[in-house]
Amino acid sequence: MRQSIRMRPSRWLILLAVASLLVLLVTPFVGMQTITPRALWSAEPSSMEVKIFWSLRVPRTVMAFLVGAALSLSGLTFQAMFCNALATPFTLGIAGGAALGAALYIRMGLAFALLGISGQTLSAFAGAVLTVGLVYGLARSRRDFSMGAILLAGVAVSFFCSSLILFIQYLSGFSHLFQITRWLMGELAVTGFGAVRELGPLVLCGSVVVLGMGKELNLLTTGHELAVSRGLNLPVVKNVLFFAISLMVGGVVARCGPIGFVGMMAPHICRLLVGADHRVLIPAAFLFGGCFLTLCDTLARVLIAPAEMPVGVITALLGGPFFVWLLVSDGLGRSGFYRSNGT
Amino acid sequence: MKSSDPLLLVRDVSLKRQDREVLRAVSMDLGRGERLALVGPNGAGKTTLLKCLNRLLTGWSGSITLAGKALTSYRHRELARWMAYVPQSAVQTAPFSVETFVTMGRYPYQGPLARPNRQDRRAVGAALDLTDTAFLRDRPLHRLSGGEYQRVLLAAALAQEAQILLLDEPTVFLDPRHEAAFCAVLARVHQERNLTMITVTHDLNRAVLMHDHLVALKEGRVVFAGAPASFMTPGTLQEVYENRFLLTSHPTTGHPMVLPEVPA
Repeated sequence: MRQSIRMRPSRWLILLAVASLLVLLVTPFVGMQTITPRALWSAEPSSMEVKIFWSLRVPRTVMAFLVGAALSLSGLTFQAMFCNALATPFTLGIAGGAALGAALYIRMGLAFALLGISGQTLSAFAGAVLTVGLVYGLARSRRDFSMGAILLAGVAVSFFCSSLILFIQYLSGFSHLFQITRWLMGELAVTGFGAVRELGPLVLCGSVVVLGMGKELNLLTTGHELAVSRGLNLPVVKNVLFFAISLMVGGVVARCGPIGFVGMMAPHICRLLVGADHRVLIPAAFLFGGCFLTLCDTLARVLIAPAEMPVGVITALLGGPFFVWLLVSDGLGRSGFYRSNGT
Repeated sequence: MKSSDPLLLVRDVSLKRQDREVLRAVSMDLGRGERLALVGPNGAGKTTLLKCLNRLLTGWSGSITLAGKALTSYRHRELARWMAYVPQSAVQTAPFSVETFVTMGRYPYQGPLARPNRQDRRAVGAALDLTDTAFLRDRPLHRLSGGEYQRVLLAAALAQEAQILLLDEPTVFLDPRHEAAFCAVLARVHQERNLTMITVTHDLNRAVLMHDHLVALKEGRVVFAGAPASFMTPGTLQEVYENRFLLTSHPTTGHPMVLPEVPA
């Protein structure tokens, strides 16, 4: 009864924590031009290297980690809520809605902020919440709607949003067009800590909410009927989770565009490593997603230097084949998430 | 509450779903420790009634009273301490270990972030022992046989320490040996804990052997309520199932046993 990669889940968690720390410490030094710790230490505070390090590299690393963690957690949460391996903010149309909101904001050339949160984030959040409402409403309109049907509705909404974005792009002038296109490819370039300060609280709040719901997510993956019969307050739990995820995904998509694949893949890999128990899975997915995207972003900066690749390209290029390999090698089958029990 | 008062009182419960009446003025009582078999043709509303009791379905009219209080006034966790649900073994779950899964039955007793305490572990241990599943403790759920999985589903419900068990065709996918083993476990559970059980089933012979009461539903209406043995008459059976039945009696207990006749 050999089960995938055998190690105690808690050990994996420690390993992931150490890996995250290493990644966060090392990647800022790597880039088009490697900065050694010694150089940083001895350089003048006003030198180019110090500036690049503190106002470009470090914020970008933190940003990538936050975004990866947020996407991974939201994928994990949706997979549990829908008991479906394909549920992610993307397949459910939420990322699409957020993207549409942000694209509209860019196209209109608006510029406003509320409580220190940029208008782009707010429009993306509004887009995310509206799509959740729409998908939810579609699902509610018929009581016996299955989770599969909700996913289909989400995919339909997602396509609808992408074609609206295409339409907006078509109508846009050159500068808006470039801005939207770059942003749609997913990018993590930031200058200074402004973006981190903006996204950080959203991601941390969302993560804390999800982290506090480990037992609830466990129950949800046993099926909604069993979950309710064990005393789970399904409507409340669902709404809280939807809201927390919309907040995170809205913030992420507004800032960095729809970066695909992390949300679907990272949770599955974590499930292989630490098993099905969400009390361990949630922190694992947070750390793994963060590490994965930070490393992808480092690759994106280094591979075709001095130019930069959009990180969304890397995640899908790396993630796609890896995911297919997992499926073919039956790694995912062994994790048991897709199997029915008994007969 | 006096011990003679019914634990569960269902009065005129009706439910419409998409303009179809799935339950029509269903009434029944159940006392503490009684075992009720809920039978009837496919689509008669048996599972629907079970879901109404469990509050998986809402929007019904009429009244359901549990231990002297309206069912609708119970909070989710409070209700879960009264009622536990055992689904069919076809139900899909993630690959938790048996112990983790059974411990989830303790959810209505645990605080938001609390780890299982001694009382939780004791309840889980007792439930595993009672269902002969203690040796499966560390096995992942998807590596269990159908019979083992069904007993684990029961163990998780028992860990909930509820007075009422709702069972939805618990033996439907089991082979004869595992079916017998599961029935033996159920009998032991009833004997040791004096639980009240409502079982949806199509197995009329088991219904007679293992239950104190029988309620038959047809098209959402109660068409029979009474002792299981008195349900087993050709007339009643034919009226409920619209099929002819052959009757015989159990070789050792003498209970009436039936076999649906296959039309030539």
